[in-house]
Amino acid sequence: MTGLLGQLFYTFFFIGLFNFGGGGAMLSLIQGQVVTAHPWITQAEFTDIVAISQSTPGPIGINCATYVGYEVMQNAGYGTFAGILGSVLATLAVTLPSFLIFFLIIRAFNKFHESRAFADMMRAMRPAVAGLIGAAALVLIFRVAWDGPHPEVSVLAENFPDWKAWAIFAAAFLLGITKRAGPIAVILGAAVVGLLIY
Amino acid sequence: MAPQATLWQLFCVFAKMGAFTIGGGYAMLPLIEQEMLRRHWISEADIQDIIVLAQSAPGILAVNMAIYTGHKIRGIRGSIVSALGAVLPSLVIILLIAMFFTEFKDNDIVRRIFQGVRPAAVALILVPAVRMAQKGCRQWWTWLIAIASLLGVAFLKVSPVWIILVTLTVSISVSLLRQKKER
Repeated sequence: MTGLLGQLFYTFFFIGLFNFGGGGAMLSLIQGQVVTAHPWITQAEFTDIVAISQSTPGPIGINCATYVGYEVMQNAGYGTFAGILGSVLATLAVTLPSFLIFFLIIRAFNKFHESRAFADMMRAMRPAVAGLIGAAALVLIFRVAWDGPHPEVSVLAENFPDWKAWAIFAAAFLLGITKRAGPIAVILGAAVVGLLIY
Repeated sequence: MAPQATLWQLFCVFAKMGAFTIGGGYAMLPLIEQEMLRRHWISEADIQDIIVLAQSAPGILAVNMAIYTGHKIRGIRGSIVSALGAVLPSLVIILLIAMFFTEFKDNDIVRRIFQGVRPAAVALILVPAVRMAQKGCRQWWTWLIAIASLLGVAFLKVSPVWIILVTLTVSISVSLLRQKKER
């Protein structure tokens, strides 16, 4: 158990250190580590965690780290206490880099962020982060398996089992992009629709 | 000058924000600003500097804001107490939900609800990606970065950490080289 806790700490420490560009980028980093790199959590479980993190109060990155910490320990077969330990550890690990950066390099950083190099860096980072967040969504839609040089792409049936799921997806996207409804309204609406049609 | 805030007051202000704002750090920014100015704990110029710095440093925006404001008001202890306040409500709320959800995952009603919620959750991830691309992709090379990052992570399974590291190093190097040439 301590081995897994150690890995969890190390993973979330790096996620906190490399997170530029808000909660969406963090979802991509967490997904890359706990769904793609380690077999800790399935795509469907991660989707549920994201849905809950988006619609409960608090920073999305913290919500997601706390939940993933709990779920990883549960999936590994440890009990509730280990789950609590995992979530506290993941949350601590993801916030620790913010302290280190503030106390160690904030003066240097202060100068750097007024420089032209920083402005140029941000111009390159914005599209990179947009791509990362888009990829986080694609990973929850498609399953990609590499069979030699040819990728085999199929739709992830746990998240998109039928046309009704695609209709919910399209409606939620339109409501979100036009700002007609906030995340909680969209998630709650989808919950009611799911209860009625499935 | 401003009345000195106690550590307990700092904790409460950030805990309140952690417990009642939905939508992450960006939703918290105006609230933190308003709370700090209303209580005269910090000057308007200081809070503006903190917002810019907290947004450009890596990490979680709400936690950065808590650390920087807490430190400005009450030093190191202030920063720890504020960060704790910003994080603790999330930790408690999510833990309760996680414990409840594991218990009821196989329940038919819960299963149907989440079948409906999953596609919506995926759509809600896509929304900020599209917004950010609209804002950040102006020149051809920015589109190239966005598409490379999208396909690399989604289909070639490149770690997002690599995308961030490579973008950081290349963009800073190119910028410094160009500045050197101009001189």
